[in-house]
Amino acid sequence: MSVHSQTKEGVRVAGKPVMLPRSPSSVIPLLQQVQQDEGFVSEEAIEWVARYTGSSASAVYGVATFYSQFRLKRPGKHTIRVCEGTACHVLGIGAVLDRLTEELGIQVGGTTADGLFTLESVRCLGCCSLAPAVMIDDETYGRVTPDSIVEVLETIREGTR
Amino acid sequence: MSGVREVRVGLATCGIAAGAQRVAARLHKDLDSGRIDVPIKRVGCVGMCYNEPLVDVVDESGTLTTYGHVTEADVERIVAEHVLGGSIVEELRIEPDAFFANQVRIVLENCGVIDPESLDEYRAHDGYAALKTVLEEMTPDEVVEVVKASGLRGRGGAGFPTGLKWSFAAREDASDKYVICNADEGDPGAFMDRSVLEGDPHRIIEGMAIAAYAIGAAHGYVYVRAEYPLAIRRLEKALDDARAAHLLGENILGTPFTFDMRIKAGAGAFVCGEETALIASIEGRRGMPRKRPPYPASSGLWGKPTNINNVETLANVPWILRNGADAFAAYGTETSKGTKVFALAGKIKQSGLIEIPMGMPIRQIVFDIGGGIQDDRPLKAVQTGGPSGGCIPASLADTPVDYEALKATGAIVGSGGMIVLDDSTCMVEMARYFLDFTQKESCGKCTFCRVGTKRMLETLERICAGEGRAEDLDKLVELCQKVKQYSLCGLGQTAPNPVLTTIEHFRDEYEAHIVDRACPAKACKALIRFHIDPDTCKNCGLCARGCPVEAIRAVDEGYHVIDQEACVQCGRCEQVCPFDAVEIRTGKVEV
Repeated sequence: MSVHSQTKEGVRVAGKPVMLPRSPSSVIPLLQQVQQDEGFVSEEAIEWVARYTGSSASAVYGVATFYSQFRLKRPGKHTIRVCEGTACHVLGIGAVLDRLTEELGIQVGGTTADGLFTLESVRCLGCCSLAPAVMIDDETYGRVTPDSIVEVLETIREGTR
Repeated sequence: MSGVREVRVGLATCGIAAGAQRVAARLHKDLDSGRIDVPIKRVGCVGMCYNEPLVDVVDESGTLTTYGHVTEADVERIVAEHVLGGSIVEELRIEPDAFFANQVRIVLENCGVIDPESLDEYRAHDGYAALKTVLEEMTPDEVVEVVKASGLRGRGGAGFPTGLKWSFAAREDASDKYVICNADEGDPGAFMDRSVLEGDPHRIIEGMAIAAYAIGAAHGYVYVRAEYPLAIRRLEKALDDARAAHLLGENILGTPFTFDMRIKAGAGAFVCGEETALIASIEGRRGMPRKRPPYPASSGLWGKPTNINNVETLANVPWILRNGADAFAAYGTETSKGTKVFALAGKIKQSGLIEIPMGMPIRQIVFDIGGGIQDDRPLKAVQTGGPSGGCIPASLADTPVDYEALKATGAIVGSGGMIVLDDSTCMVEMARYFLDFTQKESCGKCTFCRVGTKRMLETLERICAGEGRAEDLDKLVELCQKVKQYSLCGLGQTAPNPVLTTIEHFRDEYEAHIVDRACPAKACKALIRFHIDPDTCKNCGLCARGCPVEAIRAVDEGYHVIDQEACVQCGRCEQVCPFDAVEIRTGKVEV
């Protein structure tokens, strides 16, 4: 069954009602809602958003690929966001990122084979005073080192075992 | 209880990242169990991020004691000795006087002081008093005149006079007008807008309502970047509370004025900080700028007159209306009035969020407020304005911070990121870093911005890799000028600034890379080699065990050596060596 459905009660995404007007201005908030519920924006979701807002699928695809927030592939269970802000850059986020790619065996944008981690980079988390910073899911880790971030990964791995 | 009025915990994103949530949870446990019975207040960021997590204990007399780097274990002592016992825990106490002594807090006056989720607290600190005065006693024109007279200029980066901007939208005759708050704080290294939204969200609502009254708008949007979930949550709460208290909606405060606003979450695009791109994004399209004129003041959102101001600009507005234009203009310089918030970060001892009167010299900011450079290394440069700004060398550290003086150095005030750099930062690599940023964030509309930044980045990458050519510098400068000239919006027009300022002030560093194949800061991997000094090496083997590519081995003579072919310059051996036997060399290999 599709996650986007038209029922007697109105349009729903993942069972929740959609309160947005049927206009192109709803494209971005709808894509955000879809991604929040499903973790990514599927091809099916793009077509559905296009129908709902009266836009073409290509226009919605254009929006989804323009903004860095949207993912078109299913992410891993945990998302690691490495901050690439200026303060993090000058305080050694590069070494942290190198260790993460080495430890996980993936590059930025990739997901580990076991589906546990997706590695992403982010422009700036706005925690410059705690640089270098890494965000894992909703938690921000400040003043990280290559060793400390690997310890965090271990804790998460143990938690899922 | 021993006369403690309240306990404050800094719970902005920065505090939470440092572990403040656990500190707050520990305090709440004592509250729930009945052990203590004083209010525990969540507050925003007071700016002393280098001491996070922060706990303030306010005594009945109003005396404030600040504890820094608080751990869960420290909470036990603070509760037992101070909250219950009435005596200050001296070992944990920090002395913030030097940090705040040179600051003037207008925008940040409530940050770290009030509970951002409490409308009552905001009102107790004169909140919405300016809006009340404006609606009951002033005409829209009078409001515009006060803002004009204050000399307030746009704090998002461009520095356009705010009152003048308001007058453009105000004189448009249209049935619908909009006010937009630009909270798409995209510059890496700037986080003042996040702090204001997280620490004092009602201030933005009040500022926007005043702006809306002044220009005659009934609708507003706050465009917040999606990376700031806490800011969005706190602003949502503030909007709900303001509506319930008739501070938003129809007939605000019993007057005929009607205004309401909504939050639009951005989706991650640096270019959306540009006005017309931001408008396109709210309308649901790709955030691409368009040609101006027409300016948003005459044709903006949905083609209607629209006034866009940055968060910090709007945060000044209630203060100006409360205290008068003259009080605001008393701070600052001839052309730059009031204060500016800077996010002080990088190689500085006391990083955080500071608010200073315009005109303060950079040196005073770095050394008096920031406490100087980490490890007491020499100051090399200060980077302001993010990817649109430039690097100001230490030799110009006496430059006063105002719009014109910084512009004269090739940098800009910008949104207020101030990244302090020491001698271990390579300026060529710094320029490469910013170009990598702008090149990826270019929307692709203008050829020079799309292709020109790409070619510039490739050149800088080549120089950092030790493959620079003699003609590179001239070509870079020429391309910089073209990209500036032929780009439609601020992104392309300012993207060359980091390159131009580093070439102007650090040309010798570029030449060292190109001619000598050397990186004086010893930062560019392709140009450095790690070497173990046989005399200092104690043969402990820590480096060999830590080496990820097994490039280090012991030799019979009783020390370790690095195989240069295998080495990937990760620097781990240098970090782990307890005897400082690993040194970094650069330049052509001596034979």
